[in-house]
Amino acid sequence: MADAQLRPILPQRMGRVEFLPALMFTAFIAFFAWSLHQAEVDIGELIAGIPNMARIGADMIPPATDRAVPMMLSLLVTFQMALVGTVVGILLSVPLAVLASSNHTPHPWLYTASRGLISLFRTVPDLAWALFFVASVGLGPFAGTLTIIVDTIGFCGRFFAENMEEADPGPAEALTAIGGTKLDIVTCAAIPCALPAMINTSLFSLEKAVRASVVLGLVGAGGIGVELSVSMEMFRYDQAATIVLMIFFLVMAVERFSSLARKRLFARQ
Amino acid sequence: MSVALTMPKASAQATAIREAQSVCASQPSLLVAGLEKSYAGGATPVFNDVSFAISKGQSVAIIGANGTGKSTLLRCCLRLIEPDKGCVHIDGADLTAACKTRLRRMRSGVGFIFQKHNLVPRLAVLSNVMHGAIARRKGARCWFHGLAPAAEREYAMHCLEMVGLADLAARRADQLSGGQSQRVAIARSLMQKPSMIFADEPAASLDPHAGEEVMETFRSLSERTGMTLVFVSHQVAHAQRYADRVLGLRQGRLAIDVEAKALDTSILGAFYG
Repeated sequence: MADAQLRPILPQRMGRVEFLPALMFTAFIAFFAWSLHQAEVDIGELIAGIPNMARIGADMIPPATDRAVPMMLSLLVTFQMALVGTVVGILLSVPLAVLASSNHTPHPWLYTASRGLISLFRTVPDLAWALFFVASVGLGPFAGTLTIIVDTIGFCGRFFAENMEEADPGPAEALTAIGGTKLDIVTCAAIPCALPAMINTSLFSLEKAVRASVVLGLVGAGGIGVELSVSMEMFRYDQAATIVLMIFFLVMAVERFSSLARKRLFARQ
Repeated sequence: MSVALTMPKASAQATAIREAQSVCASQPSLLVAGLEKSYAGGATPVFNDVSFAISKGQSVAIIGANGTGKSTLLRCCLRLIEPDKGCVHIDGADLTAACKTRLRRMRSGVGFIFQKHNLVPRLAVLSNVMHGAIARRKGARCWFHGLAPAAEREYAMHCLEMVGLADLAARRADQLSGGQSQRVAIARSLMQKPSMIFADEPAASLDPHAGEEVMETFRSLSERTGMTLVFVSHQVAHAQRYADRVLGLRQGRLAIDVEAKALDTSILGAFYG
């Protein structure tokens, strides 16, 4: 009897199923099944499309080089749009991030307003911003650059604010004790302490902007995307292949640069 | 920082001020009267009715077990943490009643050394020292040493010389040892041209040798400049060696207030009990 009391109780193989999680799981499965239907996912159509894919793939080889020079110029414009958009976006993100960081904002209303603005910039898709700017300032790279600025503010504004919130509060406390103003504290402590994380975010933002700037051309916002759109519409898949390859090398180069810069930055730390 | 403090009734406060002041022959550098602080809306009291006065040029150690509110007391003295009740006077001026601008000006006259140094890690040592002049010189000229006026740069170098680190002015703060960082923090507070220095466990994060070096730096500065020093320490030996007077906090109250040389094992035994 004493042995039986001392023996530890063997846990059940399966835990008891709770009603609410089980109901939520069933609802999720049902919604996912409905979504598959609404998305018109059809394996039959995918298989039927394989010959078309093969034909287009064959038309792409060899890639055409007859328009290589204008394509490269468009690619350069694409990169320049991304660069200008990212740099201007980062510069505008810094003050907005200060207002949107809970520990450095001068007033709770400014905090709420700046967080709201950043959320608006981030949640509206870049293609929607591109359509808006094309309608506002006309076709061309300027519309694309404006789109990238807004997209960068949405991305960097949020992360810069979080970087400043997560930075070591010690130096800011020291400057408060010295009698520094909010501006002194942000400039001398918050930004220098958050700088490595902010540079990291900026490099990711540049990569993101280069990828986005390619797509923006498809809606008339300038750059290589326009060339790609025209080639596809004229069934010049060989030219499209050249453009895709160029985009691939550009994105790879930017990612490589960004990765090297990040490595150097954190090695110095 | 703009929280209005609930003061004890005027007469009670005046009595507390008079009692605290009575230990000083002249106007005290620091006067604390009836200071109280608690967290969680009063549910967790840190300290109650703490009153004391410190004369100009005195070196005072605050000792006590962990969690007795020594660091909170020091922070309350500069309103880095807002006290719930009581008042703090620095060189005769009421800090607890000061508006934001006046509070900043009053803080600029008191150096504060933190346990973890609190330097800006990515900036040069000289820029960190220059920050001590931020409140004195408005605008961007003291944000980084490259922007600073020549006279301030020279004074910052002089402050570094006083702590023996002039040769490290160009080095980044995150490349210093713990002891060096703490001495740079002291140089930063000297840059404020303070009348008083508060130090919150300045040797706690350092090895014994570096800790002694830092405390020696304090002693020599105190002797040379005649400034008032208030430091929190866990090490009774530091309190005995480097302070003129020792205050002990126990269970949220000031349990001892004695001359450092009078601090013996019987007092300590009863205090740490």
